Amino acid sequence: MADRIILQVTRYRPEDEAQPTFREYEVPCPKEWVVLDGLNYVKDHLDGTLSHRWSCRMGICGSCGMTVNGEPKLTCATFLSDYAPGPVRVEPLANFPIIRDLVVEIGDFMQKLAHVKPWIIRQEEKPLSEGEYQQTPEELDAYKQYSMCINCMLCYAACPVYGLDPKFLGPAAIALAQRYNLDSRDQGEKERMELLSQHEGIWGCTFVGDCTKACPKNVDPAGAIQRYKLKAALAWLKDIFVPRGAK
Amino acid sequence: MNVTAFHDVVLVGGGGAGLRAAIAIAETNPRLSIAVVSKVYPMRSHTVSAEGGSAGVVRPDDSLDEHAYDTISGGDWLCDQDAVEAFVKEAPEELLRLEHWGCPWSREPDGRIAVRAFGGMRKMRTWFAADKTGFHMLHTLFQTSLKYTRVVRYDEWFAASLLVDDGRVQGVVALELMSGKIEAITAKAVILCTGGCGRVFPFTTNANIKNGDGMALAYRAGAPLKDMEFVQYHPTGLPFTGILITEACRSEGGYLLNKDGYRYLQDYGLGKPEAKPVLRSMELGPRDRLSQAFVKEHEKGRTIETPYGPVVHLDLRHLGEQLINTKLPFVRELCLKYQNIDPVTELIPVRPVAHYMMGGVHTDIHGATPLLGLYAAGEAACVSINGANRLGSNSLPELLVFGARAGRAAAAYASSAAEPRSAVLAQAEDERRRMQRDLLHKIDGRERLAPLRDELHQSMEQSAGIYRSGNSLAQAAVKLRELQDRFRHVALQDHSRTFNTELMAALELSFMLDVGEAIVESALRREESRGAHQRTDFPARDDQRFLAHSLVYRNADGSCRVEYRPVTITRWPPGERVYGR
Ligand SMILES: Cc1cc2nc3c(=O)[nH]c(=O)nc-3n(C[C@H](O)[C@H](O)[C@H](O)COP(=O)(O)OP(=O)(O)OC[C@H]3O[C@@H](n4cnc5c(N)ncnc54)[C@H](O)[C@@H]3O)c2cc1C
Ligand code: SF4
Ligand code: FES
Repeated sequence: MADRIILQVTRYRPEDEAQPTFREYEVPCPKEWVVLDGLNYVKDHLDGTLSHRWSCRMGICGSCGMTVNGEPKLTCATFLSDYAPGPVRVEPLANFPIIRDLVVEIGDFMQKLAHVKPWIIRQEEKPLSEGEYQQTPEELDAYKQYSMCINCMLCYAACPVYGLDPKFLGPAAIALAQRYNLDSRDQGEKERMELLSQHEGIWGCTFVGDCTKACPKNVDPAGAIQRYKLKAALAWLKDIFVPRGAK
Repeated sequence: MNVTAFHDVVLVGGGGAGLRAAIAIAETNPRLSIAVVSKVYPMRSHTVSAEGGSAGVVRPDDSLDEHAYDTISGGDWLCDQDAVEAFVKEAPEELLRLEHWGCPWSREPDGRIAVRAFGGMRKMRTWFAADKTGFHMLHTLFQTSLKYTRVVRYDEWFAASLLVDDGRVQGVVALELMSGKIEAITAKAVILCTGGCGRVFPFTTNANIKNGDGMALAYRAGAPLKDMEFVQYHPTGLPFTGILITEACRSEGGYLLNKDGYRYLQDYGLGKPEAKPVLRSMELGPRDRLSQAFVKEHEKGRTIETPYGPVVHLDLRHLGEQLINTKLPFVRELCLKYQNIDPVTELIPVRPVAHYMMGGVHTDIHGATPLLGLYAAGEAACVSINGANRLGSNSLPELLVFGARAGRAAAAYASSAAEPRSAVLAQAEDERRRMQRDLLHKIDGRERLAPLRDELHQSMEQSAGIYRSGNSLAQAAVKLRELQDRFRHVALQDHSRTFNTELMAALELSFMLDVGEAIVESALRREESRGAHQRTDFPARDDQRFLAHSLVYRNADGSCRVEYRPVTITRWPPGERVYGR
C-alpha cells in the first residue's frame, strides 16, 4: 500500500475568493488513519489556514460530516486507505451554504429540529414521587432506532428533495418527530402531525431512500418518512369519510 | 465596544452540566434571561461520548449510604462527605427526571429501569441506555431545553475571558466563529460548564474540545483550582485513537489478560479470578488500581508490544454475540470501525488512557466559587465528590445534580444582584484588542502551534502520568514556563475573520498551558500517593499532611501558588481501601 496519499480539499474564504477552489495536499496514509486524520495533519503541518469541524473522533458527536469522493461521510469513520492509491476529494457537505473551506451553515437544520417539538408532550405530568413511566423493552424498541440520530446531516446532503427545496423539513427532523411519536410516554403525536402536515415538501419525497443509505447510524429516516406518510394518508381518508364531529 | 446582549445568567458550555443548569434556571425563575455560550453546537459536547452509565440508587437491596461509602473509599477519602451525601441523595431523582423527559433508559422485561454493575460499586446501581448513555442523556437534555424560550443559544461562540469588576464576575468576552466578531456578553452571573481537560495529554479519550477552557478562565480571573493533580487514567482505551472501551464490558463479564492469557489483576490485591463478575473485585476494581497494575505488568515484561505502545487484551468472546449486541453494541461498532477487530471472536487490545479530571474550579456544594457571581459545574468544577479517584458512572449524575444546583444558586443570586457595570465594557474592548494584536493580526512570531502543543503533551505524559516523581515534575514545571514564554511568540498563518479555527486553537493552547502548570505544580507539592496521584518517591498515603484539598492560585506574574484546605468528613473516617475481599 502506498504510504502517502493526495487529498484534494475544497478551499474557500469569502473575504478572498468568489468561488470555492481545490488545493492538493500530500499526507501520510497508515492503515489506521481516517480522512479526518489527514485533514488534521494538513492543519498542523502543512497549512494552518484550513478550517473544518470535528470533535469526538469516535463517530458520535456528528461534527465531521463532509463529502468524500462524492459521497456524504463521517470523516472520522472513513479510512484513508480505502481510497488508495488516491487522490481523495474532500468537499463540504452538499446542499448547505458554505461558510468557509469545509465548514457549512447549519442554522436552518437546527431550526428544523426544534420545529418538530422534540420533547415529551403530556396532558398531565406524573410527579417524580410516583417513579418512572414503565416502558417494556418492546416499547423501547418501537422508537429506539429513531433515537440514534447524531444530527450529522449526511441524510440532508444525500436528499434530492432537500437539494431542490430547502423548505423541506428533511429526513432527520421527521425521524426525530417519529422518535417522540412512537415513545410510549409521549402524547404529542397529534400536535406534531399537524406541524408536519403544514410541510407540503414531504409528499415530494419519492422514497428513493438515499437518506437511509447515507445514514451512518442506521436510523432509517426514509422509513420514518414512509410511516408518517402512511399515517397522514389514513388520517386524510378518515377526514373525508368520517363526519366531522366524530373525529 | 459592542455588547451583543445582556442576560441575567450566562452559561459557558452546552454539555450535560450546562444544559441541566439552563433548565434549572428557567424553572427556578422564568423571568430570568439565560444565555448558553458554547464553542460547539450543544449536542456535539463531549457528554455525547459517555458510554457506560450513570449511577443512582434505585434497588430495594441498595442504600444511599452504600453509594456514599463506595464513592468516598473509591476517592481515597479525599471527597467532601457532605457533598457526597447530597450527591447520592439527589442522583436518583435527577435520573428519574431525565426519564420523565424521555431519556431512553434500558429496561427490565417488566418495564422498570434496568441497572448494571460498575467498577468500584458494591451494588448494581448504574442506569444505562445501552452503551450510549451520555449520547442519550445529552440529546434528551438538548431537546428538552428547546422548550424553554428564555434560553438563548450562542452556538459556536468561544468564551475567551471573564469580565470581572469590583470583585464580581459580570459576563464574558466571546468570539463568534462564523463572523469573527469579538464581543461582550454581560450578565449578573456566569456558570462555567466547559468540561474536562484531557487534551493536555497526548493519549486521551477526550474530544478535541476538552482543553480545560473554563478552568483557565476561572484561574485567570482569580478563582482557585482544586485537586488538579488528580487525573484519571481509564484502563481500557484502544491504542492509537484512544477511543474508550467502556467499563461496562467488564461489568458484563469481560476479562483483562496479559500476553500469556493470564488474568493478571489477581497479582495486584484485587481478589481472585471467578468466571462471573464479582462486584468491587478483579476487573471490577477501581480505575486507578487497574491502570497502575498495567504499568507494573508492563515492567514485568508481560504486556504485548504494538506500534502504538504496550497493550493488554480485553476478552469478551465468552460473553457471546447476543449479549454483546444487546448490551454493548457501540463497543462492537467501535472495534469494527476503528480497530478492525470483532470482539465476538477476537481479543481487543487496550491500554490506559488519560480520561477524566477529578480536579477543577473550586466550588462549594451549591456550585459557587469564591469569586462573587461565578459558578461552575460538571467536569470543569471540583465540588468535590470525586476525591482522588472518580468511580465510573458517577460523573454523569454529577452533571445533573450539580448542574441543577449551580443553576438554582446562580438564579437566586441573579434575581437580586446588581446590573453589570459599564466599566466591564472597557475591559472587553481591551481584551478584543489583545486578541487582535497578539494573535489574529500578528505576523512576526517564530513559533507554531503544533510543535508547542506536542511539547506540552510530552512533558505532561512524562511527568504527570500514572506514576510521578518529584524530579520529573520539577523538570516539567520548568519546561512549562519555557512553553509559556514561547507561546508569546506564536504566529498564526490564518488571519481571516471567518471561522478561524487556528485562532481558536491558539486560545485553547494558551488555556492548556495554564491548566498543565496547575496540574504539575499541585502534583509536585503533594508528597504522598493517593488514588490517581502515585508518587514513586512517596509511595504511601499520608493523612497527617495531605488529608486536604490542594487549591492552586495564579500569582500576578503568572506563576502558581498552592494552598491547602481540609477535607469535610461527616460519617466515614479515613480507612483502608479494600477491594476483592
Ligand atoms: C469517552 C468517555 C466516556 C465516558 N463515559 C462515562 C460514563 O459511562 N459514565 C460517567 O458517569 N461518565 C463518563 N464519562 C465522563 C463524562 O462523560 C464527562 O465527565 C461529562 O460528560 C462532562 O460533561 P460536561 O457537561 O462537564 O462537559 P462537556 O460535555 O464536555 O461539555 C463542555 C461544553 O463546554 C463548551 N465549552 C468548552 N470550552 C468553551 C469555551 N471556551 N467557550 C465556549 N464554550 C466552551 C463546549 O462547547 C461544550 O458544550 C466519560 C467520558 C469520556 C471522555
Ligand atoms: S438520520 Fe442518520 S444521516 Fe441523518 S442526521 Fe441522523 S444520523 Fe445523520
Ligand atoms: S468527529 Fe465526532 S462524529 Fe466525527
